[in-house]
Amino acid sequence: MDRKILKNYAINILVIIAIYILLKVLMGTGVISRYHQGIIIFIMINIILATSLNLATGFLGQLTLGHAGFMAVGAYVSAMTAVALKANFKGMPDLVMLIISLAVAAVASALVGIVIGVPALRLRGDYLAIITLGFGEVIRVVINNIKATGGAQGFTGIPKISTFDNVFWITVLVVLFLYRLTHSRQGRAILSIREDEIAAEAVGVKTTHFKVMGFAIAASIAGIGGGLYAHYIAFLDPNTFNFMRSVEILVIVVLGGMGSLTGSILAAIVLTIMPEALRSFANYRLLLYSFMLIIMMIFRPKGIFGTGEFSWQGFYDRYQMRKNALLKREQE
Amino acid sequence: MNSKRLALVMALVLMLSTLLSGCGAKAEEVTVIKLGVIGPLTGDYSMYGTSVEEGAKLAAKEINAAGGINGKQIEIIAYDSKGDKTEAVNAYNRLRDQDGIIGLIGGTFSGTTLSIKEIAKTDNMPVLTPTATNGEVTLDAANIFRACYTDPYQGATAAVFAAQELGAKKAAVLYNIEDPYSEGLAVAFNEKFSATGTVTNYEGYTKNDADFKAVLTKIAAEDPDVIFLPDYVAKVGVILSQIKELGLDIVAIGGDGWDGIEADYAEVAEGHYFANHYSKTDEYEVVQNFVKAYETEWSKSPSALAALAYDSTYIMAKAIEKAGSTEAAAIISELAKTDADGVTGHVTFDANGDPVKDISIIQIVNGGHKLAAKVSGN
Repeated sequence: MDRKILKNYAINILVIIAIYILLKVLMGTGVISRYHQGIIIFIMINIILATSLNLATGFLGQLTLGHAGFMAVGAYVSAMTAVALKANFKGMPDLVMLIISLAVAAVASALVGIVIGVPALRLRGDYLAIITLGFGEVIRVVINNIKATGGAQGFTGIPKISTFDNVFWITVLVVLFLYRLTHSRQGRAILSIREDEIAAEAVGVKTTHFKVMGFAIAASIAGIGGGLYAHYIAFLDPNTFNFMRSVEILVIVVLGGMGSLTGSILAAIVLTIMPEALRSFANYRLLLYSFMLIIMMIFRPKGIFGTGEFSWQGFYDRYQMRKNALLKREQE
Repeated sequence: MNSKRLALVMALVLMLSTLLSGCGAKAEEVTVIKLGVIGPLTGDYSMYGTSVEEGAKLAAKEINAAGGINGKQIEIIAYDSKGDKTEAVNAYNRLRDQDGIIGLIGGTFSGTTLSIKEIAKTDNMPVLTPTATNGEVTLDAANIFRACYTDPYQGATAAVFAAQELGAKKAAVLYNIEDPYSEGLAVAFNEKFSATGTVTNYEGYTKNDADFKAVLTKIAAEDPDVIFLPDYVAKVGVILSQIKELGLDIVAIGGDGWDGIEADYAEVAEGHYFANHYSKTDEYEVVQNFVKAYETEWSKSPSALAALAYDSTYIMAKAIEKAGSTEAAAIISELAKTDADGVTGHVTFDANGDPVKDISIIQIVNGGHKLAAKVSGN
């Protein structure tokens, strides 16, 4: 890594810590109520879900419509693990319990991702979309019919151990991991598949391998998001993970920009806050919500950031460029 | 470019107006008692949420006209949940933090109520749900009560009615395996009925099924006396139509999900029975006054959900009045002591916070409701 990249990382880490401290101070002084805190947690969970879907859809270029299915696997596995841990190890710290549960959930979702991915990724475009859509429904029906998940009655008694602190740092880690992944050798291989699969294969990229890998990682992170959701709501039922849920996540990705992690983050923030901010419009809010989505797509058909990433360095560079241009004009 | 600019201006105006409206809601002195309502006010299930909102608002209006609670007026603040758990949690948090509610009349669905259960427990918020029927809702939560009976209780009552009042020996059950309400009723009916008779068929379907002729023919081969159909109007109407088409001679029994079936399916539902929270044709004065008041206020006929929300609001108001303060602990202990007559019957709460009351069994006669019996499931 050269110095410029290191400097960029340092700046970003400082900004993240500053945001964390700012939020904590605001919570301490009561400016951010528990209502806002709840919304912030949902934003974080949506960020995890959207960035992971972005890996599969934006970076790998595979349209998947079953992300809620992976979320469901993660949510149920994590919830069951936590319930089992709570019963067998009394007095286990919440954080340890959460980390173990999420790890198990991530592995389970990844395995399901591989099982689905190996046959499904031989297909492209619309076909893959339909297969994943089918998978999302299958998961829901399976959960409905298993005794251990409580079936349609839902799963209760889940330890409520997702807090602002742990959700915040897990989100930071997830995004950092995805950022590093997409900028690594594997990440470039994944990108090359999106750009042109035949060309990628011709230069020796193992396309099947990288497609399954990308898909499995996306699934596993969606599982983590589902786990955090389960431990925050403390109640699960299969209808939570229906097709509309997958679409909601996809909307965040498309709006933020396919292939832009920062875009997904910004879109997750905007789209999670919007329905709440529009509450004063009572029954018109969902109409307005849809209307705003249309407006945004008219202005940014490629999503907020397209395929680029927001960075402070880029911000600074652009500022310098404009300043230089102005100076030059003045000199003339 | 012009249309884009116009769109931008409109979007900006919208955003500004949300910001401004957000500023207005500052905490004021407790001169009004605020009660929250959470329900699906938009989307596929909006009729349920709207009924609850309207029932609660009607009760609040009447209480206010009669002088309010210890001189203080009640205000009902209703938020939409879309039937979604995330939205319900946000709505509840908002009611508590932004609006400062004293008690919650909600949520409307079991799923959304269960998702706010843990948070409400930590807050020790007095919660009286009018319509969440899932058994889990009130378990291990001293602050949560409900005005409706539970799914298992309702299923068991339907079984008692079938066996004792209709003298049925053989029964078939056809239910929606994907729906917690339908499943809960089916399980309880099966268990209770098996004690005195035989359940010949116990069949499930999924929510997208539309053709029931095969399964109905299979059921008809066993020749049961009654068929139990615990689902909502849209599905039950289809099943009843197909029963009629096949010309089966069988009496159908349903749960409170049938409420309102006479609107679209009066012909096929003729003669069949369902369990409900109250009967519109009940001669009882409280019921008739409620039906009249509701029809005047909202110019439509009240559903059972509206009646439950109406009762819940009265029960909550009474508890606050008796507590003499807006302190949660005092209200909760008064709620537990509730002993009141309402539209949906005489209500007392058991140790869990579930109501102990009779269930009205209604028969569809000439396209209208006829109170067939009042049965207890125990």
